[in-house]
Amino acid sequence: MEKNIILAGVGGQGILSIAFVIDNAALDAGFEFKQAEVHGMAQRGGAVQSNLRYADHEIHSDLIPKGAADMVLSVEPLEVMRYWHFLRPDGWVVSSVTPYINIPDYPETDLVLDQLATFPNCILVDGGLIAKAAGNLRAQNMVAVGAASSRLDFTEDQLLKYVEALFKPKGEKIVEVNQRAFRYGRAAGLFFRGLVDAGMTIPSALRLSQKIAPETYDPALAADWFAGVGRDERRLESVLAADETITCDRIPARA
Amino acid sequence: MSREILLGDEAVGLGAIHSGMSGVYAYPGTPSTEIFEFVERATKKAGNVHAFWSTNEKVAYEEALGMSWAGKRALVCMKHVGLNVAADAFMNSAVTGTNGGLVLAVADDPGMHSSQNEQDSRYFAQFALIPCFEPRNQQECYDMMFEAFDMSEELALPVMIRLVTRIAHSRAGVRTRPAREQNPLNPSRDIKKWTLLPSNARVQYKHLTEKQPILLQRSEESPHNELVLAGKKGIITCGLAENYLRENISESDYSILSIRQYPVPAGKIRDLVGHVDELLILEDGYPLVESMIRGLFGLAGVKVQGRMTGEVPRTGELDPDIVRAALGLAPLPAAHAPAADLANRPPALCKGCPHTDSFRALNEALSTFDNPQVFSDIGCYTLAALPPLEAIHSCVAMGASIGMAAGAAHAGYTPAVAAIGDSTFSHGGITPLLSAVQQGVNLNVLVLDNDTVGMTGTQRSMSTGETLDQIILGAGIAGEHLRVITPTPRNHETNVEIFREELAYDGPSVIIARRTCLEAIKRA
Ligand code: SF4
Repeated sequence: MEKNIILAGVGGQGILSIAFVIDNAALDAGFEFKQAEVHGMAQRGGAVQSNLRYADHEIHSDLIPKGAADMVLSVEPLEVMRYWHFLRPDGWVVSSVTPYINIPDYPETDLVLDQLATFPNCILVDGGLIAKAAGNLRAQNMVAVGAASSRLDFTEDQLLKYVEALFKPKGEKIVEVNQRAFRYGRAAGLFFRGLVDAGMTIPSALRLSQKIAPETYDPALAADWFAGVGRDERRLESVLAADETITCDRIPARA
Repeated sequence: MSREILLGDEAVGLGAIHSGMSGVYAYPGTPSTEIFEFVERATKKAGNVHAFWSTNEKVAYEEALGMSWAGKRALVCMKHVGLNVAADAFMNSAVTGTNGGLVLAVADDPGMHSSQNEQDSRYFAQFALIPCFEPRNQQECYDMMFEAFDMSEELALPVMIRLVTRIAHSRAGVRTRPAREQNPLNPSRDIKKWTLLPSNARVQYKHLTEKQPILLQRSEESPHNELVLAGKKGIITCGLAENYLRENISESDYSILSIRQYPVPAGKIRDLVGHVDELLILEDGYPLVESMIRGLFGLAGVKVQGRMTGEVPRTGELDPDIVRAALGLAPLPAAHAPAADLANRPPALCKGCPHTDSFRALNEALSTFDNPQVFSDIGCYTLAALPPLEAIHSCVAMGASIGMAAGAAHAGYTPAVAAIGDSTFSHGGITPLLSAVQQGVNLNVLVLDNDTVGMTGTQRSMSTGETLDQIILGAGIAGEHLRVITPTPRNHETNVEIFREELAYDGPSVIIARRTCLEAIKRA
């Protein structure tokens, strides 16, 4: 077993916090790991990445070779594109779709999302929406790692333990918010994949998950949602047309 | 056994603590900063290791040498270009030799992630005739500190540990050992050794040269220099280059020499060269080993490949893909081609950074001049070179802004303007300012006093606030030409006016733009 993950985002989005959680879980599980990161000038609002590798055998290079990454895990959609050539052919894209726009030439967000949707192996979640529901917009990094967690080699509790360790110095409330963001992110990722695996297109699955209140995501209901909405664009549009966000249990009747 | 998660830098720091170090000395510089920071954090409670930032690398080195003189173990850390600043003390410390163990940890930055050049510190070790270790992973960063301190005391020489960014800033689990006691105070009484009058220096230098065969023998016998003879194709790796090799080949018929201890093990190299027809050399940094092997006349009968022949790019950081290509292996298949024309996300000053307001005011004050140039320095404010500010036009070496502005003024250029941060000023700006004042040069120095070392993560600055004012007045700047402004959007007009007044003055003047770095406020 060997997992090579490229963590991506923008300076200040907390990429190294994601690394902390996975590093510690890997050490705890008795794996070898290496995790190269960026400090100094590159951190100031620039593109930031970290190469994280863990395995049940010795790891040589601190850097992941091109074509050897199992996952690009990004807190920001555009940043996936900076590293996707590192992915192996069956590698996974796990990303928040909330853009971080601090440059004048940021492309149309929809065009970026269309690009990400070309990866059959992808998990897309709305980090901004979910972090807000969890109680703090800054917790988008924990949403992202939560969304990826089902594809990592640890239990949910193994990871949550280090979310706690990481935020403990900032107080109980911050710990709770971040753990909640992780859990919502995990459920969002599983729900999204449930829709896609049932047969929904990636853009539809994303739009539908964005309509559902994050605190209510229930992956077990994904198949029913697909049965209720199916590939029928009009049925999906009528669900999306609702003014309010909807709870996950309000599944439209089967067509 | 339990493992600790450590950056390569931190492993160096912990290795030094466990080796019984009594003092750590440094000036912040990426990628070396975290060595000192780790030691400072880890020993704060016990309070048994002296850990206080130095004003620059030369001072740091001299303080470390003083602790060594007193018989205790000292670690001095810096980035590669910092060693240029410390070079005077460093080179001569090899001649005096040491008393308590003295280890120099230098972090090189191949690829220039955060630096002005990618010079290779192994040349400095060779130049000074001292031993050098080059760890390939975090565990070795830790373990080699024990060896380095022991060797330093045994041979009475400073010992270098050479890191590169990829080790310095990469984490792994490290197994630790029991700590060794610190040395007792035991000052050296050997006055001649420490007093490099020519008559003494000649004797000391001879000692140093006489130690060289011992250093070489250590390298030949070192387990860090591993030679495995197999097929007729040979590879030499230095430091972490071996990782990139192993990443690409598991079982192979290559004959391989891995080098992690210097001086270069000449005997082992000879054995390898005698065995192979072809030799690929992989080193992260300059082609040091490669140029030695190639010599002036090349190597008869063996085809040598590496950075000098183009199999490995001459510049930049090594990585597994570069090594893969040098081995002649096809790239691995990937899920996607690299994105073309992707929007860049360059680093920028923080929103609301005081430097932005300083430079906006300076830009406006200078707008009446034809194509004005601002000499600048190294820090967050170097980012003001980029759009939208485009306010500075040079960045060369710590403190160089003032010296260069003075030189331009000597040549008749006006207005000669220098912009430098408070910490860079204490590091290398005081002496050129003193020089300019003594010469009565017409120049304007903007000192951006943000009360910290911003770029490297808000370390303590040596000359800020009141101290900074006193130093500038002490250097001889007239009181009425030391102006202090508060760089905020609200003060813009006032600040432009003050800049204009000082630009109009024919003589040396200093404007201090004083407002605390936002990151420093956040962390306080
Ligand atoms: S860290 Fe401080 S000095 Fe650097 S850009 Fe941010 S506010 Fe400005």
